[in-house]
Amino acid sequence: MRRFRAAFEDFGELIFFAGEVLAWTFRPPFRLGMVVGQMAAIGVGSVMIVGVTGTFTGMVLALQTYYAMRQLGAEGLVGGSVAIALARELAPVLTALMIVGRSGSAITTELGTMRVTEQIDAMETMAVNPVQYLVVPRVLASFVMFPLLTMLFNVLGYAGGYAMGVGVSGIPPGPFIEHTRTFVEHKDIYSGLVKAFFFGGVVSTITCYRGYRASGGARGVGESTTSAVVMCSIAILVVDYLITLVTVGS
Amino acid sequence: MIEVVDLWKSFGDNHVLKGINCTVEKGTTFVVLGGSGSGKTVLMKHVIGLLHPDRGQVKVNGVDMSAVTGPELTQARQMFGMVFQGAALFDSMTVFENVAFPLVEKRRHMNADEVRARVVEKLRVVDLGEEVLPRWPAELSGGMRKRVALARALVTDPQVVLYDEPTTGLDPITTDSVDGMIDAAKERLGVTSMVISHDIASAFKVADRLAVLYDGHIAAQGTPEEVRGSDDPFVRKFLSYWFKKQ
Ligand SMILES: Nc1ncnc2c1ncn2[C@@H]1O[C@H](COP(=O)(O)OP(=O)(O)O)[C@@H](O)[C@H]1O
Ligand SMILES: [Mg+2]
Repeated sequence: MRRFRAAFEDFGELIFFAGEVLAWTFRPPFRLGMVVGQMAAIGVGSVMIVGVTGTFTGMVLALQTYYAMRQLGAEGLVGGSVAIALARELAPVLTALMIVGRSGSAITTELGTMRVTEQIDAMETMAVNPVQYLVVPRVLASFVMFPLLTMLFNVLGYAGGYAMGVGVSGIPPGPFIEHTRTFVEHKDIYSGLVKAFFFGGVVSTITCYRGYRASGGARGVGESTTSAVVMCSIAILVVDYLITLVTVGS
Repeated sequence: MIEVVDLWKSFGDNHVLKGINCTVEKGTTFVVLGGSGSGKTVLMKHVIGLLHPDRGQVKVNGVDMSAVTGPELTQARQMFGMVFQGAALFDSMTVFENVAFPLVEKRRHMNADEVRARVVEKLRVVDLGEEVLPRWPAELSGGMRKRVALARALVTDPQVVLYDEPTTGLDPITTDSVDGMIDAAKERLGVTSMVISHDIASAFKVADRLAVLYDGHIAAQGTPEEVRGSDDPFVRKFLSYWFKKQ
């Protein structure tokens, strides 16, 4: 019961923190350069792992659907199925999970270290708001980078699927692409990118919050990072479910 | 002028401050002495509004630091400089960027040359040359980091400066020059200073008034002579360690 209450309070504070971030986003000064810097940090940090994960996911997906479709004699449907599964579900979710592991944990560690070594306090005493200076650029950068990296996952995933389906399993390239074209709609891709956009907001807010509120020296920073990764992973799956419910349900 | 009135602060069951009263007149130096963990840093963080009291009030130049928030707090912070116990330099920034930070963020009318000149001038006061400008905090010794932190706190010429153990870990010569700096800021600019110190020698040297913190209370407070003559048992014990060594 105590733990339940603590978790509830923690969630309340997270929401409050998110509100603070929102408020500071629209107050000058606007530090565009820092947003770009954070976009680069997230991009450089995660592009490799997202690319590799995307390629292999596409390959495995093509292989699995090929075996299933072959039973029905419908090998031509592989292209579209791979593309849909990637665009709607796998690309946004797996990309987000990969960025959490690579860049999200780095955000918590960096802000947490700044907190426990009083760098955040020092910034505050210099009349610079640390939420605005440290958190806002990371959140804005995530809103942009999550969809971009998701798109990269889509492209490389489909390429991996094509290589596997056409190159290895011997599906003729014409039907593979033709079926993708007729089967996949713009809104499938958009819905995935919308998910990615929300994941970006949720992940950056949680990882910044955990770092910002870290305490207890190096060990405390480690614990905050672990808890941020766990919390983000769960949040991604929950938010994914909710968005799917809203978009597919209606 | 800093006025602390009946200040109480606990962290859970840890009752750190139990009714602190003290006043620092404008343009004077007030030193806080006390054992480690006695709440000196906590007291100082209340003065600059980083912590909020459970009870009581802190007023700095008429502004109630325990009550202001948002833009007013930001405004009030402009009058302060603070040196943190662990230096608290931004480790993602070079020495130059660290010292220039308050100028770049808050004195936007200054051009790059003026900023650089000011940074170099303030670093020279703490005996650091231009060669440290491009270095990272992680590459500096503890004493050098402390001095960079001092330069950063003074770079905007604040009216009120808070020093949390500015000389701990410095060699005697640098300690002397930091003490000189605190005095010079007072004489030349009329700065009001609050200094936390472990170093009783320099405490008695720079202080106009000082206070000894013990068990959440101020055990003795007054001019250096008054505190030296205090008959509080803890104060006598605390000071005797050092005066015996003399
Ligand atoms: N943010 C905080 N949260 C919980 N406890 C704190 C916090 N800051 C200080 N304390 C506790 O307050 C007491 C006094 O700390 P401090 O003021 O740093 O001592 P010092 O006199 O050495 O500067 C210590 O017991 C410390 O653990
Ligand atoms: Mg301290």
